[in-house]
Amino acid sequence: MSLLDHKFGQGGIVVSQLEDVLNWARLSSLFPMSFGLACCAIEMMQTFTSGYDLDRFGIIPRPSPRQSDVMIVAGTVTFKMADRIRRLYEQMPEPRYVISMGSCSNCGGPYWEHGYHVVKGVDRIVPVDIYVPGCPPRPEALIGGFLKLQEKIRRETLVAPKAVERFLANHTAEQIQS
Amino acid sequence: MSAQSLSYSYNPLDLEASEPLIFNTANLKRGEIIINMGPQHPSTHGVLRLEILTDGEIVKDVVPHMGYLHRCYEKHAEKLPYNQVIPFVDRMDYLAAMNSEHAYAMGVERMLGIDKDIPARVEYIRVLVAELNRISSHFVAIGTYGLDIGAFTPFLWVMRDREHINRLLEWLSGARMLYNYIWIGGLFYDLPVGYEDRCKEFIDYLKPKLVELQKVIVDNKIFIERTANIGVLPLDLAINYGVTGPMLRASGLKFDLRKVDAYSVYPELDFDIPVGTGEMGTTGDCWDRTQVRVKECFESVRIIEQCLEKLMGEHKRTREFDPQALVPKKIRPKAMDFYVRAENPKGELGFFFRTTGNTDVPFRCKVRAPSFVNLSVLQAVSKNVMIADLVAILGSFDIVMGEIDR
Amino acid sequence: MSYTFQEIQEAIQAQFGNEVVVSENIALQQPQLTLTKESVKDVCLFLRDDARFFFDQLSCLTALDNGPAKNTLEVIYHLYSIPFNLSFIVKVETERGDGKEQLPEIPSVAGVWRTADWHEREAFDMYGIKFSGHPDLRRILLPADWEGYPLRKDYTEQEYYHGIKVAY
Repeated sequence: MSLLDHKFGQGGIVVSQLEDVLNWARLSSLFPMSFGLACCAIEMMQTFTSGYDLDRFGIIPRPSPRQSDVMIVAGTVTFKMADRIRRLYEQMPEPRYVISMGSCSNCGGPYWEHGYHVVKGVDRIVPVDIYVPGCPPRPEALIGGFLKLQEKIRRETLVAPKAVERFLANHTAEQIQS
Repeated sequence: MSAQSLSYSYNPLDLEASEPLIFNTANLKRGEIIINMGPQHPSTHGVLRLEILTDGEIVKDVVPHMGYLHRCYEKHAEKLPYNQVIPFVDRMDYLAAMNSEHAYAMGVERMLGIDKDIPARVEYIRVLVAELNRISSHFVAIGTYGLDIGAFTPFLWVMRDREHINRLLEWLSGARMLYNYIWIGGLFYDLPVGYEDRCKEFIDYLKPKLVELQKVIVDNKIFIERTANIGVLPLDLAINYGVTGPMLRASGLKFDLRKVDAYSVYPELDFDIPVGTGEMGTTGDCWDRTQVRVKECFESVRIIEQCLEKLMGEHKRTREFDPQALVPKKIRPKAMDFYVRAENPKGELGFFFRTTGNTDVPFRCKVRAPSFVNLSVLQAVSKNVMIADLVAILGSFDIVMGEIDR
Repeated sequence: MSYTFQEIQEAIQAQFGNEVVVSENIALQQPQLTLTKESVKDVCLFLRDDARFFFDQLSCLTALDNGPAKNTLEVIYHLYSIPFNLSFIVKVETERGDGKEQLPEIPSVAGVWRTADWHEREAFDMYGIKFSGHPDLRRILLPADWEGYPLRKDYTEQEYYHGIKVAY
């Protein structure tokens, strides 16, 4: 149920939960970092243009990690690039999300066996929220990935935001107490 | 799913270790600075990194660093049978996969000695799809070039028209970008019924759009001011650096492998080779390179029309026609060294094969990638230009990182 | 007029003597001439500047590993002459070395054709062939701190790179 489906009271006031408002704001203006690596970047470009029009979801590419909420890893991640991707990820402000687009960044794709210079999955470097399959995924698939991400954001709570969740997953109870 | 745990920890010093700076910060003169552009930069066309030594706004020297997309093509080609290498060939120059496939298939067919037996219809279909792909590749080149120097509209226009080509090729092969359509000895499948008519319709749609593109970008006053006399590549320098394709032609040499080598059915087709004339400035400047690409789109349209005419007339679809009839069950060329080259949208794409004669796997398959060679001239042409012009020069080279790094 | 392979070979031998040619392979569809590695740069310069041939373009430079059994590396130069539409193939063979400390050396042709600059860097990157006289010989595609030369036939991947597992 979206925010505007709630009943309007007297005077045009919407009564809602703070969480819902925050999540709604967050998911309605996802700014991805335009970060093309390989073939998938061309399909990503295609998705941003008028034919598929990601603008209608409030998704506008930003050239800098400092202005973006979501990183689309579009293409093959190599070892030379891996440190740079991690660096870009760390430069993004929280809350930040990662969409892994295409087989290569999901798991190494066709390069999984003999690709000595290909990282077999970007999830070995940065935590990934959404995996979009395909080689390269169709623009519809990328849009589908964004919709899934919106669903994920809609379920977030203030009590355990993503950063806390990740912290808890990465640290044992003893580490936190000490 | 809960948040994953990662074992990887990021160390900022690793960046320096994996790709050290070339310019020594200790030796900088007064006023000089080193600017790092890329690998994540909107105008480097992928993951190219440029290390620029500047004096204020003037570029003193520029060193390209690449390898951020090294996907080990040559290793895969040594490990996989000939027919299984074709998908990897697609992924090298992902903007012009059909052209690369055509060159690769042609090379292996010549090694097997079956290149003369390929039916004319197959060859015409190959040329048709390759030229369609050439247009879509040039579209990306022109559109993103506009984007680089501040014109957003042409980008949206070419992407809209490119979408039509993507859909046409998807109808044919099932994939939008990386097709695996041209097989060794034939094709994946014959043209779908009605394809020729749809293609004709598209060409009729495209022709006025190309004129529009010419008007909106190449003949645009602002564009001319921005690109004429910028990044002039003299012919002798271009040849010594091995530059090929539209870049070489823009420097004034009428050299096109489709004419020189006359491979496939190109000798039966009537088309011109556009060359740079220096109409707006000096021969071999950025404007010439863009003009050559737009004119090549017009020539490709002519080729497509002739192919369609043949495919609907002389080499019509018949019930008996099987494009896979000649596809060899076992691809095992005799022991030899073989170099094959073809004209890609970016330039001369060459494959060097060494075969041992007793396996289905090439012993060595080296790729001479046009973008790789074309990019090497960047350092020579961008001395003492403005930083903004450097972006204009790089954009006019039309590089694809997948091909440079392979 | 168009020169045949033999005529070009004779021109080379007339200029440099018979000892620069190790062997020729004219049985191939695309004949090759194997030269001694010391002479390759001079021969290339001669072929580029001689008015009969003008091999002004280096189409391709390929390095190749024949494996530990044969213990040789090869470098193959594909020359092309734009004015005369001629092709010519020159080959050089060298020892493999151990791939760590001892690396084979071949004279660089980057001074003849600038195309060779990056191609030689790539050959160094993938096979560990040192090109003496090259202006800037360092790895081009792989990171500077990568171990080994991946296209050698006896190459094994390193286990971790900067803490990331390499294998699938």
